[in-house]
Amino acid sequence: MSGPRLAAALAIVALVGAPFVPMGGMRQYVLHVAIQIFIWAFIGSAWSLMGRFGLVSLGHGAFLGVGAYTTVLLWNHFRLTPWLGAPAGVALAVLVALVLGYPCFRFRVVGHYFALVTLAVGEVVRLLIIAERDWTEGSLGLTLKTAGGDSLLAVQFADKRVFYYGALLVWLAGLWIWRRVDRSMARSALEAIGEDETAAASVGIHVTRFKLGITVASAALTAFGGALYAQYISYVNPDTLSGIGVSLKIVFAVVLGGMYSLLGPLIGTALTTALSEGLRIAFGLKFLGMAETIYGVLLIVFIIFLPAGISGGARRLVGRRVAPVTASPA
Amino acid sequence: MDPIFLVEAAINGILLGGVLAVLALGLNLIFGVLDIVWIAYVDLVMLAMYAFYFMVQGHGWSVWLAGPVTLVVGALLGIAVHLLIISPILTSAPINQLLATGGLLFFLQSFATFLWTTDHRSVRLSLPSVEIGGIFLPFTRVIPFAISILAMLALYLFLRHTYIGTAIRAVSQDRDAMALMGADPQRVYVVTSAVGGAMAGLAATLLSFQYSVHPFFGGQFGPLTFMICVLGGLGNMVGAFVASFVMSEIIAIGGVMFSTEMGYVIAFVVFIVMMFARPGGILARRE
Amino acid sequence: MLELRRVTAGYGAFTALWDVSLTVAAGEAVAVVGPNGAGKTTLMRVISGLVPTRGGELVFEGTPLTGRRAHQIVAHGIAHVPEGRRIFPGLTVAENLKMGAFLPPARRVYRQSVERVYGLFPVLAERRAQRAGSLSGGEQQMLAIGRALMSRPKLILLDEPSMGLAPVMVFRLFDLIRRVRAEGYTILVVEQNVRQVLKLVDRAYLLEVGRIRMEGRAESLGEQDFVRKAYMGL
Repeated sequence: MSGPRLAAALAIVALVGAPFVPMGGMRQYVLHVAIQIFIWAFIGSAWSLMGRFGLVSLGHGAFLGVGAYTTVLLWNHFRLTPWLGAPAGVALAVLVALVLGYPCFRFRVVGHYFALVTLAVGEVVRLLIIAERDWTEGSLGLTLKTAGGDSLLAVQFADKRVFYYGALLVWLAGLWIWRRVDRSMARSALEAIGEDETAAASVGIHVTRFKLGITVASAALTAFGGALYAQYISYVNPDTLSGIGVSLKIVFAVVLGGMYSLLGPLIGTALTTALSEGLRIAFGLKFLGMAETIYGVLLIVFIIFLPAGISGGARRLVGRRVAPVTASPA
Repeated sequence: MDPIFLVEAAINGILLGGVLAVLALGLNLIFGVLDIVWIAYVDLVMLAMYAFYFMVQGHGWSVWLAGPVTLVVGALLGIAVHLLIISPILTSAPINQLLATGGLLFFLQSFATFLWTTDHRSVRLSLPSVEIGGIFLPFTRVIPFAISILAMLALYLFLRHTYIGTAIRAVSQDRDAMALMGADPQRVYVVTSAVGGAMAGLAATLLSFQYSVHPFFGGQFGPLTFMICVLGGLGNMVGAFVASFVMSEIIAIGGVMFSTEMGYVIAFVVFIVMMFARPGGILARRE
Repeated sequence: MLELRRVTAGYGAFTALWDVSLTVAAGEAVAVVGPNGAGKTTLMRVISGLVPTRGGELVFEGTPLTGRRAHQIVAHGIAHVPEGRRIFPGLTVAENLKMGAFLPPARRVYRQSVERVYGLFPVLAERRAQRAGSLSGGEQQMLAIGRALMSRPKLILLDEPSMGLAPVMVFRLFDLIRRVRAEGYTILVVEQNVRQVLKLVDRAYLLEVGRIRMEGRAESLGEQDFVRKAYMGL
């Protein structure tokens, strides 16, 4: 087995075995943090499928919200198992992606304009959730109705270890998908599109189809991540799961870790989670807002000095190509 | 529904439009003309609103003193944002500006929470209302409306007819060529940032008449302000003005017919559809 | 007037100019010719300050200008008409000219400068309120040169003025450049159209792969066999 392969295998073994390592009374907490990291890293990878090709979305909260709320609402109101509810949420998110993506790409809405449209979509979802407070409980948020105990059908478990392995599996699946895209012909096509749409089209690349494809993939995965998160936390809220706040957080974590690398989203998510948890522990509620303050400053510093993220910076140290050249016109 | 409600909503929409127009002015200068993304623009307004609040409510200054000072505060904030955040990344991918100022957004919102908590703070000003045909028009809404029109005209004339205004437009079209004219692009950017920041300060002053400030004020108006700039055609001062009223009417009337949130939803959906139909904005004509 | 001593410059890991030395005396018209990619445009950009030097010196009227930034160099009296014109497309012709007179000393004599430019290029006077982006290639080139004149320069750098222009336009353009020269301006022009430019200038340098290969009076350079074969199609 080659070096990196061996390292990866060892890492996976370590991750699988981790929940059984003695941790004193900390196990529940550590698992809780790890699960969140895996889920958000997965969501980050989903976002980066679009972001790395220049399709910067500021509205992924829309897909998160759709995925999460669909799953929870179907269970709470109709007792529909999340095993069906989550796919329904994913399907709905895919529909949203198609309905909005097709006109966008067909009419060449790109760059700033595209980012703003996604922003609007994210906000629309958030506001709709709040507006329909009769059945979504609006800003108060919705709690997942309990199934009365551990239930595979309802995907509710008291033991965090189950969610840990679930999240780990999902995260690994996300990596696999990222890898597949990275090695596909689609990647080259999308990179060409990202650099010069007109040129790409003139070479016969079906621009709309490719962009739509990657958007749908990203939306589907994000919605699934949202559903998973809802099941784990057992609570959904329009501000934490849709809208500009969470959308930006996803973007930042991925940019921090490195938008163009496989493990970038994980690194970014792990760091931001560690930071906010660390600050919360150190300062508690005494310094409410301090974590995000530092977070904001770090973001600024990183964008200025390490725009390719941490993994990009590390790669540059090793002398490897970091990202597609995005030089501004002279 | 009693038509009087619709009329009242329509009028409130106009007054809200005035507010949005003021917010859009500065952003249109920075984003529309100069093509620099300050995603934290409305959060700068929030900061200036706090300044105004502390001057008037905290120290009892007259509005006539606190107002101009707030404009200066805004200008200084604008310069700071440009020099510290934008300048270092000006030549890299534009998305970086969005992300860096996004970091600023986080920083401002959470630092404000840290310093002043999430309590809403309002400047208490007692101003009379004017009654026309059974509808009350509070001065707190009429004055900002009037001033926003004046400010828009001033900015429009500034960009079109003054030397530095033309230079600002030129720099946005070709930075290097401007350098070959003997103009230090950096200087032009700093001046523009100061003016844009002062506009934010102006917006802060006018908004304080009607709204209370809290750390997440930016979340309330931020996305909307960007949409207005794009809808009106980036850099088009008149267009942004018109777009402000289009959006505000939709929000006001939609709000009365359905619910406040639905009013915004409809407005945003209209924006999205407009993006497909006319990506250049309602009065499309980018400079 | 202008002197480059052993200038080396480039972009990133790539060096475009090696040890380039040249001089331009006051009142002269000098050309730099050479094939594509020789570094001609880089040379212009180094002189006008858009590209920093890595070695060597730049001296203008006795003042060292090495390391100065573009907008500072303009103040010393060098105007650069860039490759591709680079006029401001969204501004009108008149506004473009206005921008040319940005510097305070130029701004003071703005009215006269504008009249002079309109005198030299009547077409611009006709189209003064027209959006510059809608002008034809030849008109844009005239605007670019007019704009450079607005700063009252001593030395004018012309980068590939004939690029993208129809042959008829090229004739007219070089005629106009001759008139500009007759007004007393010193000119350094970089051109691919060797034939035309050698008729315009006093001296010329041949730049190949970043180095000065040859220099001499325009007529004698034009008579060099290999120059004729390689660059003039004879």
